Amino acid sequence: MDTVQKYTPGEHPDLKPPIGQTGLLLWLRKNFFSSTFNVVLTLATLYFLYLIIPPLVKWLFVDSVFVADSRAHCRELGTGACWGFIGKRLGQFTYGFYPIEERWRVNLAFVLFIVATLPVLWDKMPWRRNLLWFSLAFPFLAAWLLLGGFGLEPVATDKFGGFMLTMVIGVTGIVVSLPLGILLALGRQSNLHFIRWLCTGFIEFFRGVPLITLLFVASTMLNYFLPPGSTFDLLLRVLIMVSLFSAAYLAEVVRGGLQAIPKGQHEAADAMGLKYWASMRLIVLPQALKISIPGIVNTFIGLFKDSTLVIVIGLLDPLGIGRASLSDATWQGLSTEVYVFIALFFFLCCFGMSRYSIYLENKLHTGHRN
Amino acid sequence: MATTLDHSGPPKSGFSIGKIWTDKKSRGVIIQVIAMAIFCAILFYLASNVVGNFQKLGKPFGFDFLNQPSNYDINQTLIDYNSQSSHGRAAVVGILNTLLIAFCGIILATILGFILGVLRLSPNWLVNKLAYCYIEFVRNVPVLVHILLVHGILVHSLPHPKQAISVADKFFLSNRGFTMPQPLFQPLFWLVVAAFVFGIVFAFWYRRTARIKQAATGEQSPVFWVMLASIVGLPILAYLLTGLPIEWQVPQQGKFNLKGGMAIKPEFIALWLALSLYTAAFIAEIVRAGIMAVNKGQSEAALALGLPREKTMNLVVIPQALRVIIPPLTSQYLNITKNSSLAIAIGYMDIVATIGGISLNQTGREMECMIIVLSLYLLFSLTISMIMNWYNKRIALVER
Amino acid sequence: MNLFKYAATAATTLALGISVQANAATLDDIKSAGELKCGISTGVPGFAFTNDAGDWQGFDPAVCQAVAAAVLGDTSKVKYTTTTGKTRFTALSSGEVDMLARNTTWTFSRDTDLKLDFVGVNYYDGQGFMAPVDLGVSSAKELDGASVCIQTGTTTELNLADFFRVNGISYEAVPIETNDEARTNYEAGRCDVYTTDASGLAATRSSFDDPSAHVLMPEIISKEPLGPLVRHGDSEWADVVRWTLNALIAAEELGLTSDNVDQMATGTDNPEINRLLGSEGDLGAMIGLDKAWAWRAIKAVGNYGEIFDRYIGADTPIGLERGINAQWTDGGLLYSPPFR
Repeated sequence: MDTVQKYTPGEHPDLKPPIGQTGLLLWLRKNFFSSTFNVVLTLATLYFLYLIIPPLVKWLFVDSVFVADSRAHCRELGTGACWGFIGKRLGQFTYGFYPIEERWRVNLAFVLFIVATLPVLWDKMPWRRNLLWFSLAFPFLAAWLLLGGFGLEPVATDKFGGFMLTMVIGVTGIVVSLPLGILLALGRQSNLHFIRWLCTGFIEFFRGVPLITLLFVASTMLNYFLPPGSTFDLLLRVLIMVSLFSAAYLAEVVRGGLQAIPKGQHEAADAMGLKYWASMRLIVLPQALKISIPGIVNTFIGLFKDSTLVIVIGLLDPLGIGRASLSDATWQGLSTEVYVFIALFFFLCCFGMSRYSIYLENKLHTGHRN
Repeated sequence: MATTLDHSGPPKSGFSIGKIWTDKKSRGVIIQVIAMAIFCAILFYLASNVVGNFQKLGKPFGFDFLNQPSNYDINQTLIDYNSQSSHGRAAVVGILNTLLIAFCGIILATILGFILGVLRLSPNWLVNKLAYCYIEFVRNVPVLVHILLVHGILVHSLPHPKQAISVADKFFLSNRGFTMPQPLFQPLFWLVVAAFVFGIVFAFWYRRTARIKQAATGEQSPVFWVMLASIVGLPILAYLLTGLPIEWQVPQQGKFNLKGGMAIKPEFIALWLALSLYTAAFIAEIVRAGIMAVNKGQSEAALALGLPREKTMNLVVIPQALRVIIPPLTSQYLNITKNSSLAIAIGYMDIVATIGGISLNQTGREMECMIIVLSLYLLFSLTISMIMNWYNKRIALVER
Repeated sequence: MNLFKYAATAATTLALGISVQANAATLDDIKSAGELKCGISTGVPGFAFTNDAGDWQGFDPAVCQAVAAAVLGDTSKVKYTTTTGKTRFTALSSGEVDMLARNTTWTFSRDTDLKLDFVGVNYYDGQGFMAPVDLGVSSAKELDGASVCIQTGTTTELNLADFFRVNGISYEAVPIETNDEARTNYEAGRCDVYTTDASGLAATRSSFDDPSAHVLMPEIISKEPLGPLVRHGDSEWADVVRWTLNALIAAEELGLTSDNVDQMATGTDNPEINRLLGSEGDLGAMIGLDKAWAWRAIKAVGNYGEIFDRYIGADTPIGLERGINAQWTDGGLLYSPPFR
């Protein structure tokens, strides 16, 4: 040992690592060419990308037409995608048939939505406590803004459409289904047999059937369950069904959270002499909900994507708007552009939300998980 | 209800109205009775509304329409069906088509999902990131859009039957689907089936005895190869020995389409691919999480014990990962089954499109048709849950 | 806080309108609501589509607009509800819409068993076939073994099944939900033939890059009288819709257009025009409307011929000929009963 050590401790000069053991070269070698199989894999992947990417870019950007008056015009200008159609109908894709002079209300509601969600999602928000009250009031404020009345021009729900409809369905679904889902989850854990049986039956029914059939029920059958002669707004019926549907899913998410709470917490609450609701409200639910937030966000993503299904009952979500617009003889035959555009929109929204959910998961990871 | 803490110990004997509520047991009974009463009242209210509405509209209620001729054609049927068959038979055709797409979708999605999940853990940066991009893109776009897109791409990019891509003039791929020779079974074919069944029984018996032997003596037998030989080899042997009892009806070019043979419709292929590709992205994440959940110490310990790498994977890592994977995998299987109802968007005739679609439309029996559709989906879901729960229980950790 | 919540909840409920419909007549409900609830399709070229401004236009919405003009005096007071083939009849019988004006075929069982009332026919159609010229088929009877694209949820698939069964030929049905998707599939060669109402075929054909490469076959295999319909059991309301439609048809026969109707309303020497436009007698009162009801309808949307020419006529991209939809005086089937 002594013969090797030529420097006093702490004075050893920094030597450069051997070539190929650091930087780009090491990274390349380690990641792409570490074994024969890996080399083959890398080359195959590169070839695959070569096959896919250039034609895609060509169709999407190079040969595409961004401004046009009709499909025929598009075809004259280029062979790629005809984005001119999307551009012309962007207002409809966003707002549906919402009156043009009232569209500021949708924009305002959207801005308020962001203001209302920030304190819920970001726990370091300044004045978080006060803003949370605003978050609670937001659904009612938004309903007033969108529907009108009390000094605003009333707008009927059949004018709703496009991405705005997607947002309305998604946000209403999650707002209504969250409390309902919590109650169902508690009911499913209850000691009372009948309550447990009822909640389990409800959850299993809604989780067992596809949303599309529930929407058919909402559009074709629900009126039979109401007193003869009474009708219900179609959007309201859809919202009810969507809320019940996502409540069943949320109930399972929350149940997972409840089950993760150690029994000691319940027992400690009991020992404190807290009654059922008090112990749930003060001890169990805050912990359970905190760890189920990622699951709740994922349910919301699912709900958001599922809102496209309302097209099958004739509500005009972005796909429906696309369909109605494509019936215009000047634009017929551009369905691929519509699908790609809608896919992009959903990707951006849902990807953002899933990033948030992963961020939360990582943050919560430090807490109790055994 | 008392708001102060109750320190009085067990309830004293004697009866008072207040005590019924304070006592936990009797309060539970009261709450349940009230809940039951409300539940029954709501049920009664809804039922009476339905009856009232049906009377007002003069609509009958009954399932006898199922015996009437359906008057429409279905392009893909697993059983005999024509436009003179009943609505009931159309429903059965739809059920079988739903089950077919669910079954095929589950298998393909599982295979793709496991491959993607492993690729996602690959040390190759390019492969890893590509899998990541794929998973993120596919997961975050509605499945309905996927279905429409895949169907559009299939129909637009594949050639017309006249220019079909063919393999040895026996298998054809065109925008009318994938056409292949249809087997026509000859009388002796039952021997091959019998050999197959026997092979499976034998394989499982062999595995059982091998395990018992290993438990007793520690000796290992070539279980995998023997099972493969008996399940695959035996039927092939029987097939050769009985003199090839299958004739193949090879598809021919007809005036419009390929004639003869078996055709898999592009609607089925599109739905199958779209559902599998979509669900595979979810399964990949589940698989990745499952493998990552197995403590590194486990495989290190196994390697330290001198187990070879494959055995470490097969005997230590995968069984533990499966415990984490199975429950979320079950809900993905349920999702495939339920999402198959979107078939209606591209015209694959599943149960929602037959009895819940055209039949409903032609007969105007919304209530009856939707009851049938809903209860069938419930049945499918409960069955899949039951099978997967049984499997989950089998592989669950046996705790002391 | 609580007060605000209650108020907001009440407002939401009111605005969304869980309305219990009184058993009063539909006409009174419409008048008091100031709005006509009209069910239309989710989109058929020329017959119902949204324009760049996002308004519903087309041959079918025009009927709604005419009725709204007659009853409420304003074509913008229509609440359009889009309905699919599956939801349309329930929407009508449950009272979600007051009338349906979407390509719906008048059939026996719909009129009787489904408890609906067809009030007339605004387009006489029939199911036809379209195929590419290259296919070399000149008659639908030569289609043995072909793949046929059909729109689901309509009478089309029933007619098709009957036609092929009666002629003893086989086919592959490719059921498709909407006209646009059917068009895409047909163009991509998923099917050899596209079958739907002849008007739809013509509209689709006109939208191809080269319409002359596609041919309509001579066979029309069904009768498809398309018309507006209302709920069974409210004859007064049915009368209003029926006679508004008739007024549009009669207006063309009598030479009334949206341009000259103002001038004609002051009185002419044709008593039927005078009765129709309210300058003589009071037909409006008999159906619960005022004297100028027909004048408003014609003024707002034009006569039948004008509507036809505007949305689906020969000068539009759809390019339909009048054919059997001409006035009876021109050898067509349009025949309004007299206004007397």
